[in-house]
Amino acid sequence: MRVIELHRSVTESNDQDALQLREELRAKGVLLVNLMSAPGSGKTTLLSRIITDLKEKLSIAVLEADIEASVDAERIEALGAQSIQVHTDGMCHMDAGMTRTGLEAMDLSRTDLAFLENIGNLICPAEYDTGAGLNVMISSVPEGDDKPLKYPLMYQKSQALVLSKMDALPYFDFDLEKFRERVLFLNPSIQIFPVSAKTGEGMEDLEAWLLEETAKWKGSGKRA
Amino acid sequence: MHELSIVTHVAKTLDELAKENHLARIGSVTLQVGEVSGIMTDYFTECWDYFKKKNPLIAEAYLKLETIRAVTFCEDCRQEYETVRYGRTCPHCGSEHTYLLTGNECIIKEIEAEDEIQSSG
Repeated sequence: MRVIELHRSVTESNDQDALQLREELRAKGVLLVNLMSAPGSGKTTLLSRIITDLKEKLSIAVLEADIEASVDAERIEALGAQSIQVHTDGMCHMDAGMTRTGLEAMDLSRTDLAFLENIGNLICPAEYDTGAGLNVMISSVPEGDDKPLKYPLMYQKSQALVLSKMDALPYFDFDLEKFRERVLFLNPSIQIFPVSAKTGEGMEDLEAWLLEETAKWKGSGKRA
Repeated sequence: MHELSIVTHVAKTLDELAKENHLARIGSVTLQVGEVSGIMTDYFTECWDYFKKKNPLIAEAYLKLETIRAVTFCEDCRQEYETVRYGRTCPHCGSEHTYLLTGNECIIKEIEAEDEIQSSG
C-alpha cells in the first residue's frame, strides 16, 4: 500500500464538466438558464408565459428535471416548444453530467435559449454547477419574505431573482422592501424581477432582460 | 443533504485516479469534511458502505473522516469566531458583515492504494 495525497475538492470533477459544457454551449450559441426554486413556486407557469410571449423572437427549449412524472414536459410541449423530461430517480439536484445527457437528447441546432428546470429544492441545486450560462432563482410571494435568511446560498449563486405570484401580494404578509434588502445583502449585484405570470405584471422587464442576455451570449460565442 | 451523490462524485474521481496511476485497489480514503458543509457524517458513512460494494476498486476501502472547524471572519471588527456557536452575527461587535473562512469544504485528502502488478515482458 502506498499513500497518494490528493487534496482535491469532491465537486472538482463536476466543476470541470460544467466548465466544458458551458464553453460548448457558448460555441453553439445556446444560452442555458438554470432555473432553481422551491416546489410550487410557479416555474412551469412562468416558463409557459415566457415561451408564449417570446416564441416569435427566440427558439426556446426546456429540459425538465423531476424525480419522477412527466406532467411539466407535457405542459411545455403543448405550447410548441421542444421539451425533454429528465428523471433523476431520487437525486435532489442536477449536476453537469446529467444536464449534458439531457441536452444530448435534444436538437439544439436551432435553439437560442434553453431552460433547465431544476428539481424543486432550495438547497442542493445551489451547490452543483450545471454548466448553465446563467443561474436564475424564483421565489414566490406565498413562500414568505424570510427565505433569503434560510437558504442564502441559492440567492448568492443566482444572477437574477424572479419574485413570482405578485398578484397574490395583497393576501400575504409579505414585506417587499424587507425581502429586497435581505436579498441584496446576500448578493448586491443580483437583478430582481417582481412578476405575475398570471396577470403579466413585470413580465416585459424580465423578457427584455432574457432577450438581452441571449444576444450577449451569442455575441461572446462568436468572438471566442 | 445529498450524501449519496457526493459518494458517487468521490468514486468517479478515484476511478480516474486509479486509471492514471495504475492502481489495483484502494485500501482507504481520507476525506476532510467542513463542520457547516451540510454533510451528515453518519449518513455519509452508510452511503459509502452501500456504494463501495458496487465497485471492485473501492470494495474494501475504509473511509476515514476528518472534521474541518468552521470559522467566520467579521469585516467590521476584523476578528474571527466559531461559526457553529454564533452563526452569521459576530459575537465581538454584533455586525452581520461576516463571511465564512473555513468549514464548508469536502476534500479528498489522501488515499492508500495498491499498484497493479506489472506484467513482465
